[in-house]
Amino acid sequence: MPLTAALFTMLRMKALPDDSVPIPRPLLRFVRRGEIVSLNNVPPSRTLLDLLRDDLGCTGTKEGCGEGDCGACTVVLGEDSGDGRLKYRAVNSCIRLAHSVDGLALWTVEDIAPTLPTACGSLPPEGAACRGSKPACAGLDGTQKDCVTQSGGLQGMRLRPGEAGSAAPAGDGKGSEPSLHPAQVAMVEAHGSQCGFCTPGFVMSLFGMYQNHVCKGKTITRALAQEELAGNLCRCTGYQPIFKAAQAMAALPVVAVDEAGVLSNLKLLAPGFTGLQRDSAYKLPKSLPDLLAARAAHPEAQLVAGCTDVGLWITKQHREFDHIIDLTQVAELRRIEHYPNHVAIGAAVPLADAYAALTEDRPQLKTFAARFAGLPVRNSGTLGGNVANGSPIGDSMPLLIAMRASIMLMSAHGHREMAVEDLYTGYRTNVMAADEVLAWVKVPKAGRPNPGLQIYKISKRFDDDISTVCLAIDVRVESGKVVHASIGAGGVAATPVRARKTEAALVGQPWTFATVQHAMATLRAEFSPISDMRASSDYRREVIGNLLQRYWFESQGMQQINLQSFTLEEAA
Amino acid sequence: MNAKDMSVSRDAVADLDVMAANAHADAVAAQDSPPGRSKPQSAGQTIFHESARAQVAGAATYVDDIPVARGTLYAAPILSTVAHGKLLGVDAAAARAMPGVRGVILAADIPGDRLLGNFAHDEPVFAHETVQHVGQVIGLVVAESVMQARRAARKVLCRIEPLPAILTVQAALKAKNFVLPPVFVRRGDADAALKSARHTLEGTLEVGGQEHFYLEGQVAYVLPQEQNQWLIHSSTQHPGEVQHWVSHALAVDNHAVRVECRRMGGGFGGKETQAGHLAVWAAVAANKLRCPIKLRLDRDDDFMITGKRHPFAYAYTAGFDDTGRITGLKLTMAVNCGFSADLSGPVADRAIFHADNAYFLQDVEIASYRCKTNTQSHTAFRGFGGPQGMLVIETIMGDIARKLNVDPLDVRRRNFYVDDLVESLAGSGRTARKHGSDSGRADLAEGPRRNITHYGMTVEDNILDPLLSKLADTAQYRKRRQTIAAWNEKSEVVKRGIAITPVKFGISFTATLFNQAGALVHVYTDGSVQVNHGGTEMGQGLHTKVSQIVADELGVPFEKVIATASDTGKIPNASATAASAGTDLNARAAQYAARNVRDNLAQFVAGLDRCGAGAVRFTKGEVVTRVTTRPFTEVVKLAYANRIQLWSDGFYRTPKIHYDKTTLTGRPFYYFAYGAACTEVAIDTLTGESRVLKVDILHDVGTSINPAIDIGQIEGGFIQGMGWLTTEQLVWTDTGHLATHAPSTYKIPATGDVPEHFKVDLWHEPNREDNIFGSKAVGEPPLMLAISVFEALRDAIASTAPANSRVKLVAPATAEHVLKALKDAQSSLA
Repeated sequence: MPLTAALFTMLRMKALPDDSVPIPRPLLRFVRRGEIVSLNNVPPSRTLLDLLRDDLGCTGTKEGCGEGDCGACTVVLGEDSGDGRLKYRAVNSCIRLAHSVDGLALWTVEDIAPTLPTACGSLPPEGAACRGSKPACAGLDGTQKDCVTQSGGLQGMRLRPGEAGSAAPAGDGKGSEPSLHPAQVAMVEAHGSQCGFCTPGFVMSLFGMYQNHVCKGKTITRALAQEELAGNLCRCTGYQPIFKAAQAMAALPVVAVDEAGVLSNLKLLAPGFTGLQRDSAYKLPKSLPDLLAARAAHPEAQLVAGCTDVGLWITKQHREFDHIIDLTQVAELRRIEHYPNHVAIGAAVPLADAYAALTEDRPQLKTFAARFAGLPVRNSGTLGGNVANGSPIGDSMPLLIAMRASIMLMSAHGHREMAVEDLYTGYRTNVMAADEVLAWVKVPKAGRPNPGLQIYKISKRFDDDISTVCLAIDVRVESGKVVHASIGAGGVAATPVRARKTEAALVGQPWTFATVQHAMATLRAEFSPISDMRASSDYRREVIGNLLQRYWFESQGMQQINLQSFTLEEAA
Repeated sequence: MNAKDMSVSRDAVADLDVMAANAHADAVAAQDSPPGRSKPQSAGQTIFHESARAQVAGAATYVDDIPVARGTLYAAPILSTVAHGKLLGVDAAAARAMPGVRGVILAADIPGDRLLGNFAHDEPVFAHETVQHVGQVIGLVVAESVMQARRAARKVLCRIEPLPAILTVQAALKAKNFVLPPVFVRRGDADAALKSARHTLEGTLEVGGQEHFYLEGQVAYVLPQEQNQWLIHSSTQHPGEVQHWVSHALAVDNHAVRVECRRMGGGFGGKETQAGHLAVWAAVAANKLRCPIKLRLDRDDDFMITGKRHPFAYAYTAGFDDTGRITGLKLTMAVNCGFSADLSGPVADRAIFHADNAYFLQDVEIASYRCKTNTQSHTAFRGFGGPQGMLVIETIMGDIARKLNVDPLDVRRRNFYVDDLVESLAGSGRTARKHGSDSGRADLAEGPRRNITHYGMTVEDNILDPLLSKLADTAQYRKRRQTIAAWNEKSEVVKRGIAITPVKFGISFTATLFNQAGALVHVYTDGSVQVNHGGTEMGQGLHTKVSQIVADELGVPFEKVIATASDTGKIPNASATAASAGTDLNARAAQYAARNVRDNLAQFVAGLDRCGAGAVRFTKGEVVTRVTTRPFTEVVKLAYANRIQLWSDGFYRTPKIHYDKTTLTGRPFYYFAYGAACTEVAIDTLTGESRVLKVDILHDVGTSINPAIDIGQIEGGFIQGMGWLTTEQLVWTDTGHLATHAPSTYKIPATGDVPEHFKVDLWHEPNREDNIFGSKAVGEPPLMLAISVFEALRDAIASTAPANSRVKLVAPATAEHVLKALKDAQSSLA
């Protein structure tokens, strides 16, 4: 089935100001429904959601908030994991830039049923041609022609109405209803949709879980569903039926992605494409030298990684960027490199992978890692982006500071390394030069189990929330004395900070409650947090001290004192 | 044109003819199960939501998904950045010069009345002369794309001379700044009762508002039609009101405006009136620019513009005896209404009606102040004042229990409505005024009984005592209370708490006239059925339930019935889908419509088979008489050929209800829906964080039309109520800016907040009143089950302090509020 949505031409299109941007826009190509979609003239600031809904007329994907906090817009991206399989990530399309999916595979809620409906994508919406710049389909050589199409997509058992796995009641025997994917069937059968507006997002998160867990033979527990669906909000159901749906998918007839077909299409997109077309408005460099050269040539361009913050500058501040450099496809920066004494995490590594690496030898951080935004944000956003962005309430920095991590800034002229806390000069300002890129985050290896490291996050809601305060502590005690204290804090100053005075109050002192009480007082006095919609300054000051007390209690072997991981078994 | 001609409010005075009309309705209702209807095949069954398959495939259409018509332009609102001020002028030159901008719409562009056509008639369509809250809409910018319009709207310069703003309910109360006059309800002599009470307790309480956070934001798409007629796609719970308001603003007759809504992506009360504003704004723009206009609010703008659940502040003095039984109560409720009346009158009324919750209040005095503040105009939200009424009495129950050092469950049960005589404790002159002449009960006995509410309605269908007994047993409340107390002794940092709270929620619009509904049922010649009714689908499953009822009435499979979009052109003058009454009203109306068709068919078949029409049965897609069994489709074809009418209307009005707004007495509710929840929580005494660990619910939906849908309402309602009382905090700055205006800062419950143990059971007893299928309304009541969370939190906080300590917790119980309550509890003995 040709994706004719992409076929409308630019003929007779009105020259609108959007089209007058002097820098040419690169071709945008991705794999969808087993076919290669090629689009011309997509503005660099266009979001993936707007591309889907407004340009392609695929309105199945919804906008709930436009800031990556509700998940209604969730879609799934696929990429070659390098081992002959696809890697699937659910992401928020509302703050994802359309061009960032270049070279990837894309699934929306309209794409996963084994028998696809024909309504979406068959025609551009009526009147679309008068609405500003529109993408047009082009051949691989850039000429106007039919899209390259490949067979493939989803294959598997056809479901018949009335059978197990089919979502009756629509089974009227006529067979006209499209069959559904297990993620969809399970949602129907568990009564997981009420108003239905969050449903496409949940379905896609479930599709991601299906591919990443069910298809790999892993069981989806209620706890896993709670964790991986925390980035999807539902206001109707209370989530209970959605957990049931997540757990029921595995028992339904299998629907498999034609991975070989998708992979071969992805390969077709790869060759001869440097991502660094001259004077391109959206640059997707594939190598570090290309990135640094682009940065040097265009210091005015907006540098983005996962765009989970910059996306909001577009949707909420209405900013437009003529020129974007996207580093997420830089091969070197997509790596996590293990060295004898440290781990180097490239700036293009998504938070989900970065935290997996950080928690590998520090399992006590796993729950905290799962509380960093929701999975779709962790799948898009990067650790490097979180650090470079420098929000005072970014969750990674207190941890990295306590870990004594450093960052590597690179430019065409060289590189420099510094402690994370030394990057910042003030509220969202830093020492980076216009041609510099934050390339790596270097985290010392724990070397041995490092139970001394802990991090506490206080937020209004446990999951998918921003810290009111965040405190990371690493204290090492030898012979009853504190030999090392390293404390990072968030939400208490204009930047993420290192609590040097509190560290000083601990190091060399006996590890006793008296010492801790003194350090608590020091910590409370060390910063002047503000009052805002998350909490008052008094609360922040008091609680940050109390979190140090929690650390002390835990060091004394007290258990069941952190509700973050409190379960009924413990309470029983 | 007078606004009062255009629209009516929920609190309009009852129709004088209502008694006579109800007598007729009662007679009709008595025929609920005529002989021709067989055992239900659809109703009572768990049937999937009628749109579920489309929803999971992304194929269900919401307003913003409708393919746009040629020439459609997009609008974005111009917002006030000042809480209160004189609007001196609007300079839109910069905006007009921006790419794609096609027009700027201001108050002067309104062809009709510049005030909205709502009942109170106190709200400008677009702010003119003054602005009254940050986020008030001053006008629109219209452009060729959504983003062009939004970008340009921020470039509009509004010259505003600030005036003093009233931003808190306390300040409004002090300044006597009200949107509506105060209301007082009294029974007996509260002052005397308090004076002679064995114990008294004074207190204050505050509860915050709540943003609806429907996942689909407010949206309207207005399409001018020929001859100055208008088609409006609106995500609304009340298409009729959208119609009235648009016609009022455009100065056209109602019949020239057609409003359609297939479904909403969530409503929760937030689209009862607020959707109308969007439609009016877009219609004014469409009228000026003569083209279709779509207005879809950005989420942040939606937060800034639209009203929320009303925040309340309370002060109370309760008198009680040694057993915890309340003997007197004085209660003041200060309702933060925002800048206009909107639905605040009936919301505040319903709070009064539910200030008793499940309890008999002997000598009581309630003062309700409808305070005007320079904030968004607060509006309907699931429960409609009921939650705010119940919360305060439940906290009083908890306080009494702690003061007497007894189990709060015992205090609650001690105060339940019962059919006993009122004991005369102190002054013998103090007895309950006799109300509710239709109830009969009070007249028979030798004195007033403890089953009459403070507004004079006899509680006839009370099931709370057995319901709570059963819940306490199945949830092992008593045992767990002991276990928890022992556990808390040993746990230094984390403390647990548990509570059972009941819900008694009155069903019916308190404005009697709204309790009417219409429906159309069409049977086509192939035997397929279409039903249309005045209700709207917002996810609650109304269309599913109505279709089930219609399917059974005609004896056809559920799949043969389709419910179509709500449309003012099909059912006129329909009430809002609100007050939990959507199914009660519309399913009954649809049932009557289907019955009319069936009666036509039965009579026709009776003629063929020479039997009585009553002997014709409609079941399983067949029409059965003693002589023949014919497929329904064949009967339909035959009937058509014989010129039998295959479609009909149906109309229903709720019987028995009457309510006198001037004396605040009567029977405003047809019946009560009941339920109770047992909730266990844990709190962290170092940080104030909390978690809901375990929830057991026993809830009364009568005979369920669709158990899965009802349980979905109960679970969803509970979690939404839990959010209201825990994480959902609205914060306004001292300049009146709402600082929590997006999901990044306003936190509704997420997956991790759902208790690990979350069990819902249905109470198995039909509605004692004659209601559709023996069912009860379920939309709102379960939300208030979440008051058990608040009471469990207070129980946990109390465990850290000496016995008899007072627990003063501000709602929502954020970590900061819990930590403060923990500190206060240490230092304040009751």
